Amino acid sequence: MELTLWTYEGPPHVGAMRIAASMEGVHYVLHAPQGDTYADLLFTMIERRNKRPPVTYTSFQARDLGGDTADLVKRSITDAVERFQPQALLVGESCTAELIQDQPGTLAQGMGFKLPIVNLELPAYSKKENWGAAETFYQLCRTLLKGQIPAPGSAKPSPQRWRAEGRRPRLNLLGPSLLGFRCRDDVLEVKRLLEELNIDSHVVAPLGASPADLQRIPEADANLCLYPELAESTCAWLERQFGMATVRTVPIGIGAIQEFRQELCDLLGLEPPPAPPERLRMPWYSQSVDSTYLTGKRVFIFADGTHAIAAARIASQELGFEVVGLGSYSREQARAVRAAAQQLGLEALITDNYLEVEQAMAAAAPELVLGTQMERHSAKRLGIPCAVISAPLHVQDVPARHAPQMGWEGANAIFDSWVHPLMMGLEEHLLDMFRHDFEFVEGHMSHKGAGSTSNISGNIPSNTASNTIASTAVNKSPAAAPNSEGCRWTTSGEAELARIPFFVRGKVKRNTEAFAQEKGLSEITDEILYEAKAHFSR
Amino acid sequence: MSVSLTSAAGSSAGTAIDPKPIQENGQREVFCGLTSIVWLHRRMPDAFFLVVGSRTCAHLIQSAAGVMIFAEPRFGTAILGERDLAGLADANEELDRVVQELLARRPEIRTLFLVGSCPSEVIKLDLAKAAERLNRQHRGHVQVVSYSGSGIETAFTQGEDNALTALVPLLPSSAEKQLLLVGTLADGVEDRFLTLFERLGIDPVSSLPPRRSTELPSVGPATQVLLCQPFLGTTARALKARGAQLLSSPYPLGVEGSCRWFERAAEAFGIDPAHTRSVLDPLAERGRAAVAPHRRVLEGKKLFLLPDSQMELALGRFLQRECGMELVEIGTPYLDRQLQAEELALLPAGTQLSEGQHLEKQLERVRAAKPDLVVCGMGLANPLEAEGIATKWSIELVFSPIHGCDQAGDLAELFARPLRRRQALNFASSQPGNL
Repeated sequence: MELTLWTYEGPPHVGAMRIAASMEGVHYVLHAPQGDTYADLLFTMIERRNKRPPVTYTSFQARDLGGDTADLVKRSITDAVERFQPQALLVGESCTAELIQDQPGTLAQGMGFKLPIVNLELPAYSKKENWGAAETFYQLCRTLLKGQIPAPGSAKPSPQRWRAEGRRPRLNLLGPSLLGFRCRDDVLEVKRLLEELNIDSHVVAPLGASPADLQRIPEADANLCLYPELAESTCAWLERQFGMATVRTVPIGIGAIQEFRQELCDLLGLEPPPAPPERLRMPWYSQSVDSTYLTGKRVFIFADGTHAIAAARIASQELGFEVVGLGSYSREQARAVRAAAQQLGLEALITDNYLEVEQAMAAAAPELVLGTQMERHSAKRLGIPCAVISAPLHVQDVPARHAPQMGWEGANAIFDSWVHPLMMGLEEHLLDMFRHDFEFVEGHMSHKGAGSTSNISGNIPSNTASNTIASTAVNKSPAAAPNSEGCRWTTSGEAELARIPFFVRGKVKRNTEAFAQEKGLSEITDEILYEAKAHFSR
Repeated sequence: MSVSLTSAAGSSAGTAIDPKPIQENGQREVFCGLTSIVWLHRRMPDAFFLVVGSRTCAHLIQSAAGVMIFAEPRFGTAILGERDLAGLADANEELDRVVQELLARRPEIRTLFLVGSCPSEVIKLDLAKAAERLNRQHRGHVQVVSYSGSGIETAFTQGEDNALTALVPLLPSSAEKQLLLVGTLADGVEDRFLTLFERLGIDPVSSLPPRRSTELPSVGPATQVLLCQPFLGTTARALKARGAQLLSSPYPLGVEGSCRWFERAAEAFGIDPAHTRSVLDPLAERGRAAVAPHRRVLEGKKLFLLPDSQMELALGRFLQRECGMELVEIGTPYLDRQLQAEELALLPAGTQLSEGQHLEKQLERVRAAKPDLVVCGMGLANPLEAEGIATKWSIELVFSPIHGCDQAGDLAELFARPLRRRQALNFASSQPGNL
């Protein structure tokens, strides 16, 4: 039993819904009690979908439990097949149905339908949403491609056979799905990258694919594993059974895109890739003088594995930030995230407890947070600017405009969306600087709501957990004096602290207090603050 | 067009043809009772709601609550793991451990609700016993109460009904004549109601649930119970078993329902009807004036209510009688004829009701009827809009202050807004042939 307040991932059957809802011609019969239909709103509200996810719920009730719930399952399957006429059927159960063991998938397979049926067994009490999505995609591909598996010992198809066959090379794009971060736009950008290399995009799946499309997967020369959370198990299986090569570099960020292109050229036997197109503006934006102020900005990163690893590289190498924290809730990707952290001299934080993440965030005192919607809320409470880079999503993370993460345009978009919160931070600083000028209008709105411009102590709360009822929600800051370490800020010390730009104030305050404590001082004056500053700049 | 406060009772109450509801079973697009936690925890800031369930339960509440505003919300889920399923003894031990940790972390909690879920019920984890045990362990610091919010037993608002029912045995006894308001109201609305009861001369008035979980109201044979919400049947019966009298009235939605509701309380307390009118009439007049501009938008429009909160009958009654809408079908997850008697009597003869749900069949009826407005849950709203049918999300109706005469205009506005918006939007070129 594990106490959970907010969760990064839903249960595994929600992952299965993501696959069904991403595809065309697939229907999912879910043995589940009333209430589990809440998951529909993830698609119709967050993704703003104009149709219901293709899911039929059995909606069993307590009174059904005494009787024949298996019969209810069969009726629901018959109704769903008749009404929706799917080309492939997924049958599974949610957490409660797993306990009553009706085995709906086995029931469905015995009902004599002609269509492919996938019996989904997704252990709800040990696995989570991304695992459920990956497993569903894998099982669906397995079921649909069963008949095409080459005999054991057959020669692996060469990724360069396109030349002999007198056609352009072609690749499958595997992994994009609904409720994934910016997948819709990433697909377009990856297609553009392939087009620049004269490569055809073959099957894109699961997003927008039909069962018939999945059956065309082996026709491609190789697979792109764009989101390992979702596509890794399928790609590995296609490698094993069909000898299809997998390209595992995720083209997010300029360095990664170049590696991705090189990997494609090597694999497919193509000429070296052409120079990046002119529409790639990101490197110049990062090199231009205006970006000097980005140098060494402290960044805290927490996301799914794919986006956390990509963000760490972009932040440290392409924007000149200092990564002060890196972690992920994707346990399946833990090893890769740990390796990325190690390269930056950090220890990766692998957890699905957002309170732990918030604590690590506060301790790292970053100037920018790159995270999920959960970190956006934590960062807001701590008064730190934040850009969302990964699922779990909010409706605002599915923008109307083209906003990819992958490809050249993705790099441009990332520059804007990470730097803008910092610019707002800079504006806050200006507000702070000019608020004593007579022209300054009282009530000039801060980006972060009322109060933050006159906040002396900085927005980083002390580490004593403030557990007061409900008010934890409010962006609260502790009084400047006395603090938890037992030293007191004098008026001169406080006045000096107030002159420090707000976005480093928290760090300066903490450092100064640590310094004072180390020296055994009970009071912090303006002089102590500067002594501490000198001490830490050494 | 003004609605008389008394004529409705005379002309139609008891004489309306009892509409034969369509009763259906199938896919239900309704939240489970756990969802009630979203408003219950706000009502009682010293209470914590601990769902004993699965990741699905945690995800449901998170998704229904929409935004993660609170760092540490006063609700959470003790997620059952495989080990808990293997042996109930372990599950009980684990639960004790989780509660211990929780209470150590949140010392300000005075009442802990253990909330049963589908999985905890299927594995027959006895939360009532667990509550007894935990009460012994934590006596003097926190009271532990249990109820079920599971989807196999409860739909949406029934979660509140069960939570309040669980509090009834804890209420102190009292022989004092008093008015007890039952059902969560927005704090502002409740304050307003208390002012009005004071003006009417009704005293004392208390509320269940109270604002502080430790300040439970008393109950006894002289307690007059007035329900603020129509979905509290089990609570009402439990209060009656404690000797309380249940006042039967339409629910305080819209001018008519609100006035009848106050009048019913005034009668029970022997208040001079002339005085009652002098208090309510100005409110009613102002309320009708506030509804009027929205009535102009809603009048003659066809309304289809899908089952959701059990407030559908009262809403349908308000929209038909005060806003002039035409009722196509009123769906409700569960029809409590006793609690809905006064609402049923106010509906036009022959109004089509439906109880339970077979979603696909109901949507076929929606499409066939081509209503101007459908009241439905969030899973259905955008898909229906995409089919060209205007919708109003029902979830707003349990989160917004909509009760009372003063809120009647706002309530009507919630339904008029989607129609106004459709009127306001125009993507056509002003020069034909340009696109």
